[in-house]
Amino acid sequence: MKRSLLSIEDLARADIERILDRAESFAEVSGRAIKKVPALRGRTVLNLFYEASTRTSSSFELAAKRLSADTVSVRAQGSAVDKGESLKDTVQTLSAYDPALVVIRSPWAGAAELVARWTPAGVVNAGDGKREHPTQALLDLYTLWRRVGRLDGLKVWIVGDVLHSRVARSNILAFARMGCEVTVAGPPTLIPREIESLGCRVRSSLDELGEADVIYALRMQRERMEEAFVPSLREYAERYQIDARRLQPHQILMHPGPVNRGVELSAQVIDSPQALISQQVESGVVVRMAVLYELLASGEEEEGVAASATTAAAARARDADGAVAERLPDGSEHPIEVAPGEHLAAPAGPRP
Amino acid sequence: MSTADRRTAAAVEFDARPSPAADLLVRGAHLLDPRAGLDGPGDLLLRDGRIAQVGAPGALEAPDGCEEIDASGLHAFPAFFDPHVHLRTPGREDEEDVESGTRAAAAGGFGGILAMPNTDPVVDVAPVLLSLRERARTEAHVPVGFLAAITRAQSGTELTEMAELADAGAVAFTDDGLPVRSAGVLRLALQYQRLAGRPLALHEEDPGLSGPGAMHEGAVSALLGVAGIPSISESTMVARDAAVAGYEGGQVHMQHLSARESVEAVEHAKARGVAVSAEVSPHHLTLTEDDVRALDTARKMNPPLRAQADRHALIDGLRSGVIDCVATDHAPHAREEKEDPFELAPMGTTGLETAFAALYTELVLPGVLGLELVVERLTAGGALFGVAVPTLRPEAEANVCLVDLEARWTVGETGYQSRSDNSCFAGRELAGRVRLTVAGGAVAWREPATASSTA
Repeated sequence: MKRSLLSIEDLARADIERILDRAESFAEVSGRAIKKVPALRGRTVLNLFYEASTRTSSSFELAAKRLSADTVSVRAQGSAVDKGESLKDTVQTLSAYDPALVVIRSPWAGAAELVARWTPAGVVNAGDGKREHPTQALLDLYTLWRRVGRLDGLKVWIVGDVLHSRVARSNILAFARMGCEVTVAGPPTLIPREIESLGCRVRSSLDELGEADVIYALRMQRERMEEAFVPSLREYAERYQIDARRLQPHQILMHPGPVNRGVELSAQVIDSPQALISQQVESGVVVRMAVLYELLASGEEEEGVAASATTAAAARARDADGAVAERLPDGSEHPIEVAPGEHLAAPAGPRP
Repeated sequence: MSTADRRTAAAVEFDARPSPAADLLVRGAHLLDPRAGLDGPGDLLLRDGRIAQVGAPGALEAPDGCEEIDASGLHAFPAFFDPHVHLRTPGREDEEDVESGTRAAAAGGFGGILAMPNTDPVVDVAPVLLSLRERARTEAHVPVGFLAAITRAQSGTELTEMAELADAGAVAFTDDGLPVRSAGVLRLALQYQRLAGRPLALHEEDPGLSGPGAMHEGAVSALLGVAGIPSISESTMVARDAAVAGYEGGQVHMQHLSARESVEAVEHAKARGVAVSAEVSPHHLTLTEDDVRALDTARKMNPPLRAQADRHALIDGLRSGVIDCVATDHAPHAREEKEDPFELAPMGTTGLETAFAALYTELVLPGVLGLELVVERLTAGGALFGVAVPTLRPEAEANVCLVDLEARWTVGETGYQSRSDNSCFAGRELAGRVRLTVAGGAVAWREPATASSTA
């Protein structure tokens, strides 16, 4: 049966948990000297990138290779699907190679759905326009879960240019689905009208940022200033930059990369131990392995890799009702009561 | 503003291919013509292209040589009139031409249409208009009236030779597809209207507010990360242009209203006595932004499908008469262009073949609007442009459509008469099928027996 990952909207909480568990089992593989398992041997994964990408394309490729799939990567020059061969013709042509999965990055919303309509292969949305970037959201959840031990009840502030950010949209949906309380904050010109309907609150200043357990800063692109969304990057940085003044010791800092140093983040916070930015990149491979595995191999006979995911799931279940609850006791107002600098922001110790 | 020196418009000129005048006895249909007070079973005799007699069921005899049609179980309405159609000719005959577009109109029960001038080249000089009219006289299945542009090449800056274009048969003027961006230029056009004597039909949109928008700005655009077109993009221009028209004493027609605020602006202008009329499309009356969630490009149009509250306001406006008529804004597009991703795909949906069935299925059957109101608004569009209102009254030119309200059909299943297949209702099951259309006194459409499906 054909399976695709097009939007976080399509995933139930249990689906997300299964992917996170699977990623954890693959993290073990990534620790080995030979980082490869035979799960997708003989399958072809086609990476079709219509937009510049470093992290996403390389981690998808690496993920497929670590699962022993054959990979073909196609990069369209520029970003115009409407120039030369149409997206439909490209997809149908490449489908002749009988890929098991097409990974598509496009500057246009809904491109992954279109590809899914035109190919018998499964499809993974690796970013469609300003709409969604579901694997980014999954790797963010995974990274945060690994650090904190749980997601439920965390207060997450997503700060910056929400209007133009597919990462923001996928992450609002994903964090909310996992029980986080999501707030988006940024200049009113960069917050889409009715974004609340995705399940978040909206703030136009960072005055209440102190309540956040997690600050997720978005990339602020220079051209937004030329388009007059903000009067200047200087004023933007003054009001919305996460710097050492704003980042409290108990808070975790995340960013999808690449960072504009000195714009949305100051150099100090990027390099602080509270920042999970490099862990996010690291998680990209194992989470994408998990996604590829879930779409292509799960449901087949469980063996090797798959079996260890069951163990991870059991460990996580223990977290939920045992160790973590002790470590982070529930409070009525603030579910996470931790002293500044402790636990939440500290590197995760060995997991039970 | 005195109207004493205003040009009195000559009768509007429509073109159609020569067809034999209809001689038909339509027997036993349910005759419904709200303006004529007809609502019940009866016989309808058409002789020499005119309504000759209306009688009780079985009361009329077919004269020699007159075809008799058993229309029991069918409804007979005055044929509909569509004041907003894109025939794509000249320039994009691959999408539609005069023959196919008017065939689609006839298949939808329309007895007359108005064609928009945003073609390639734009209908902005008399020779282009005259060549189109000539083409219609050999191809058009139903009478077509042509509009000409307000500004040259729809540039929004210099006026066309409106007086000469009116003499050459332009029914009205519009830059449809684009707004007249400058209020100053619109004002000049309204002043010059006194020479041309024809209404201005206005596509109301502020490009500065629409920006790169591709769908209604609201919850769905927020979710999909697609740039939104806010309702105020339309309503502020409706209000602006109604004010300018009121100041100049001109006549304007607001095209394809989509937003609640626009309905309010038209209502306000009418209350102040401005000569303003308005139209609304079947898709804006029946679909909303929620129908765009799957980014189906057939549902990308301008103005966009808006929120439920907007749809309700449009329905209320149509009911109360603030909105005068239904217009399809039939906008054919090539399949390869509609297969582009949503943000790149062109805006527009076809509409002629589905207009009645969509309104009947989505609004009449659930009891939202009465059948007589829908028929009245589907036949009212021509009057705003000086066209005689189609009617079943004796002595009128024969403009009749026979509709099977019981017939259910799936849109697109048996193809389209239009050359394009970008219907926003594709795949939907609708009730109400046009069996026969008499347009301008001639039979313009008979449904092929193979294409019919009766429940």
